[in-house]
Amino acid sequence: MSKQTISAPAAPEVAPRSATWDAIRQSFVKLNPRLQTANPVMFMVYLSAIMTTILLVCALVGITGTNPIFVASVCVVLWLSVLFANFAEALAQGRGKAQADSLRAAKRDVVAHKITQADMARGMHEEDPVRFFMEQAQEIDSSTLKKKDIFFVAAGEQIPADGEVLKGAASVDESAITGESAPVIRESGGDRSSVTGGTTLLSDWLVVEVSAEAGNSFLDQMIAMVESAARKKTPNEAALEVLLVALTLVFLTVAMALYAFSSFSVAGEGTHANPLTLTSLVALFVCLAPTTIGALLSAIGIAGMSRLNKANVLAMSGRAVEAAGDVDVLLLDKTGTITLGNRQAVAFIAVDGATERDVAEAAQLSSLTDETPEGRSVVALAQELYGLGDKTVENDGTMEFIPFSATTRMSGVNYHDHEIRKGAADAVCAYVEAAGGVYSAACKRAVEDISRAGGTPLLVARDGEIIGVIDLRDVIKQGIKENFTDLRRMGIKTVMVTGDNPMTAAAIAAQAGVDDFIAEATPATKLAAIERYQREGHMVAMTGDGTNDAPALAQADVAVAMNSGTQAAKEAGNMVDLDSDPTKLIEVVRIGKQLLMTRGALTTFSIANDMAKYFAIIPALFVPLFPEIELLNVMHLTNPQTAILAAVIYNAFIIVALIPLALRGVKYREVPASKLLSRNLAVYGVGGLVLPFVCIKLLDMLLAAVGLF
Amino acid sequence: MMDLAQNTTVQAWFGCAIVLALALACGYALSGYLNRVMAGERTGIGRVLQPVERVIYRVLGTNPQRSMSWKRYLLCVIAFSVVSLIGLFAILMLQGVLPGNPEHLPSLSWDLALNTAASYVANANWQAYSGEQTLSYLSQAVGLTVQNVVTPAVGIAVVYALFRGMVTDDDDEGRVGNFWADATRAVLYVLLPLCLVVTLVNVSQGVPQTFDEYQSVTLLEPLSLDDETIASESAATAQEDSSDDAADEDEITQLALPLGPIASQVAPKQLGSNGGGYMGANGASILENPTPLSNVVQSASIIVIPIALVFAFGRFVGNRKQGYVILGVMLVLFVAALAIVGISEQAATPALTQDGAVYTGGTNQSAGNMEGKETRFGVQSSAFWTMLATGTSNGSANSSLVAMTPLTTLVSLVLMGMGEVVFGGVGSGLCSMLCFAILTVFVAGLMVGRTPEYMGKKIGPSEMRMAALVTITTPILALVAAALMALDPQTAQELNVQGPLGFTQVLYAAISTAAANGSALSGFEVNTEFLNTLLAFVMLASRFIPLACVLLLAGSLAKRAHVATSAGTMATDSVLFGALLLLIIIVVGALALFPALALGPVAGQLQMLG
Repeated sequence: MSKQTISAPAAPEVAPRSATWDAIRQSFVKLNPRLQTANPVMFMVYLSAIMTTILLVCALVGITGTNPIFVASVCVVLWLSVLFANFAEALAQGRGKAQADSLRAAKRDVVAHKITQADMARGMHEEDPVRFFMEQAQEIDSSTLKKKDIFFVAAGEQIPADGEVLKGAASVDESAITGESAPVIRESGGDRSSVTGGTTLLSDWLVVEVSAEAGNSFLDQMIAMVESAARKKTPNEAALEVLLVALTLVFLTVAMALYAFSSFSVAGEGTHANPLTLTSLVALFVCLAPTTIGALLSAIGIAGMSRLNKANVLAMSGRAVEAAGDVDVLLLDKTGTITLGNRQAVAFIAVDGATERDVAEAAQLSSLTDETPEGRSVVALAQELYGLGDKTVENDGTMEFIPFSATTRMSGVNYHDHEIRKGAADAVCAYVEAAGGVYSAACKRAVEDISRAGGTPLLVARDGEIIGVIDLRDVIKQGIKENFTDLRRMGIKTVMVTGDNPMTAAAIAAQAGVDDFIAEATPATKLAAIERYQREGHMVAMTGDGTNDAPALAQADVAVAMNSGTQAAKEAGNMVDLDSDPTKLIEVVRIGKQLLMTRGALTTFSIANDMAKYFAIIPALFVPLFPEIELLNVMHLTNPQTAILAAVIYNAFIIVALIPLALRGVKYREVPASKLLSRNLAVYGVGGLVLPFVCIKLLDMLLAAVGLF
Repeated sequence: MMDLAQNTTVQAWFGCAIVLALALACGYALSGYLNRVMAGERTGIGRVLQPVERVIYRVLGTNPQRSMSWKRYLLCVIAFSVVSLIGLFAILMLQGVLPGNPEHLPSLSWDLALNTAASYVANANWQAYSGEQTLSYLSQAVGLTVQNVVTPAVGIAVVYALFRGMVTDDDDEGRVGNFWADATRAVLYVLLPLCLVVTLVNVSQGVPQTFDEYQSVTLLEPLSLDDETIASESAATAQEDSSDDAADEDEITQLALPLGPIASQVAPKQLGSNGGGYMGANGASILENPTPLSNVVQSASIIVIPIALVFAFGRFVGNRKQGYVILGVMLVLFVAALAIVGISEQAATPALTQDGAVYTGGTNQSAGNMEGKETRFGVQSSAFWTMLATGTSNGSANSSLVAMTPLTTLVSLVLMGMGEVVFGGVGSGLCSMLCFAILTVFVAGLMVGRTPEYMGKKIGPSEMRMAALVTITTPILALVAAALMALDPQTAQELNVQGPLGFTQVLYAAISTAAANGSALSGFEVNTEFLNTLLAFVMLASRFIPLACVLLLAGSLAKRAHVATSAGTMATDSVLFGALLLLIIIVVGALALFPALALGPVAGQLQMLG
């Protein structure tokens, strides 16, 4: 039995030196033709590089009359283009690899204490279950655990496999997966019953049933996803590739046909030198093919996934990330997402002749031992409003606390012959009426006012008479309203899901600024709502953690399961949030949109580049044939060779220049589609048109200055 | 407009604008009717024609209410076209022994028959022959005219299948309509009535419609053969009567006046974006297009149905603005093209006026490059027609294209190379345009952070594959065909001019057939076995590859469920989208041809500017 120390897996912000070297090494490994065929556009560049290599040999031995320096330069630049594309992909993969490596460190074979069903039942009646289980257990290797096997884990040990807690409760260090060092509670029953192999028990003990065998575990899935080794092309990537292949085909035809055309024209003009050599045609083709986006396409996809991983969300597929960009309805749980986890007291309202100070005092007294956040907020409010800070629990028996119970639905204190109770309106009402008191109209009005405003009224009674009402309010998270406004501008509808009654729900919905709400929600109504939205053509995202959320999670287009949730929820979702933070859904949508935008922006840039490269090169190519065309050679490039070289060099280095953008993603703002489009068009469309002109001209001047061509 | 020769230039251009406005108005008026007809709803003419329609369905054994899957629809289109191809090929091959041949014209060679049959079935109407010298009345009326009516009907059918694909929600079988019903309705309720109207106008202007044999007419002024200018000009309208004794005296006193069922063919040729003239000289011939009024009607006829289809599209998808945006893009392209061509033809070139080779003054004619143009139409009307005919897949002409400035040819080549989306061939043009819209949506849509959608349908890999194929078919076919022609050493030998113009002529033939346009710069013999077969293949491919792709696209769209629109959706009915669409058309459609154009008309124009 060995205790492991597990390092937190945080992907480094900037690729360290070693990662860069690793990527460079990978760039050469990726020259394997079998790997190259995965990317049709770059495969054509790869073939072009091979062809220029052959042409170089021909030029060197003198078979062709082309300037060997020119052929060599083109050849080198084409190989560089291929390497740069490989480098971009390797760099993107490298980021995930660092994370995967630290995850793998957590995935070690440990000794599992396998026990039987009977042992488990007996152990529960033992005085010292730990000792009993340890004695009964069969020590086996964790990798041999089968599904449905039962094992026992004690404090300080690593949990050997994914599973559901059957017995016990314990604090678990899950930092190996989440990077979060604060321990979490795992216990049998309820929504916190799933444990993950590779995490460590800090205290107590657990009896767990295996839910996933070695090789199939959550950690294994995570490693596979993070490494994105077996990443399948998403539908959108595949569609974009179709466009790129179509453009490549067109330009391949252009280059080949051009050879025929120029020989035809040369024959017609009676001159003998065809200005177009095979080398320049190959180079022309590479310049015109959409290589920029072709080279960066896979890096963009991988980087999108790793941005999501960095936000501690794991997507089961790239498709899920894309779907996140398309989502236009968000189902958000009220508690934890829109409001802080708990209600807080915001006011004391006195009724029937009592003073507010009386109410505050009574409420505070009754809440002194109430450790719930609501109870604590009552104490704090009384202190804040009336300086009632001197109350302490007197352990001399003068204070008798009545804890909250499900039957009375009240709590309180008996203190110096006073009987103080607080609780839900109907419970306290029944209590005072039984004691001969009255539920006055003023009190009723106060209760209704609070309910209507989205609060929860708690009645405070002293000696069988109602003295006032505590106004408990949901506290809406700071900044969430602005978030929703942004989302609305992006065309995303937010729907609050809550168990509250419709009146309260409506009030909170209005305060938080959500578009719609589902009150008195049950798993069934949630599922029905998702189906209804989908029928209307919406894409729905939701979060969930409980087993009863599973059907809705399975139905939603983007379903983020909380890592703290049950195994069933995790299996039904297509993403897992390791931080178990439901607000993350908004972040997930942003990352999805950013991924798609980056893809679109670089495609636009690439196509705009083509147009500029075209007009830069073609006139320069034909000037020797038709001197009149000089008029169109607006860039005054020196000669066909420098023009072509300048274009291919630009073409290769623009890939490197755009790697940071591809990895980082283009900037995303919450603005309507039309504004986003205009902005991106201005930057990447117009920029893509202008930049190559400037760069090619400069490169041409440089090449002319070198004087080799 | 009535007599351009005496009118000032401005008035003539104003006249063109009126024709365009007329076509737009007629198109708008026709669009609602088109949708009703294609949906099988009752219309005024329906009362008369419904019995005919029912008989046709009974003969074809189809239930017009039964919608077909895209596959079945495509099979029907192919079956129909194969039967048409074989039928037309047979008529042309057997012309010599068939009736309706008063001039006893011989049967066509196999390659010319194949080329012509392919050309007409593909709605290209490329003519490797001169109508009045090659084809009998039967071949013209039963062979060609029938195709001129049914091929645009196929175009209308297919574009409606695409409309339906966009509107249908979540249909597992991808049903897009009933081909037989679509084609029948397009013929009966749209093409035939319109043809009837246009034919009557043409006949009123003097276009012959007869089965009488060619007439021999005595010339008022005998022509002497060595007067080349006059001989070549008169060849446009008349043919030397070789049986006469004129040859002996080197002087021509008799002229054979070709006749036939001309008017009935001219109407569908214009309305159905066919363009194959009855006469070799096409719309420049006085027998096909005698007066300025016939010219106005025939010009407008080229674009009436294409424009109506764009309006109909907007109505069909329930958002007229979608149609307006597309039409706006077409109009921008058209006006830009016309402006360039107008200025270029009006200004002529220094090379033309050199040594007084061409008179460009304004006395007794409209000023400008009048070479190869009819004085009754002038520069403006000729330029206008040329843009209409090359922007759509019509390809007819009312002037000699080869005599235009190279810049005009450049614009024509670009219009055709883009896939003829400026108003477009009947049906096919709008299909290509919508495919461009899908490409645009794809590139731009990603930039708003959503996977792209058009008309509420997600654009996935299969939709992209089809849209991309449709849009690259023309450029690739054109380049391949032109390269093959350039590589054939015989081509260079046969060219009567060398240099950029010679290359332009080769390129023009390739692009014109690859765009199923059919217009020609001529300049070299195209009636050879090699070219007839090559170009027949190109025309069939340029018609049926996109057509099959569009049907597949329609089917896969029909299978998709609509997605809801929101502020996060990229609007496709906005000016911004229109501008993007314009750019994508230029990038994808025109960019591919730029290097070839640089060697042809670009170099040619620059040389002529000196």
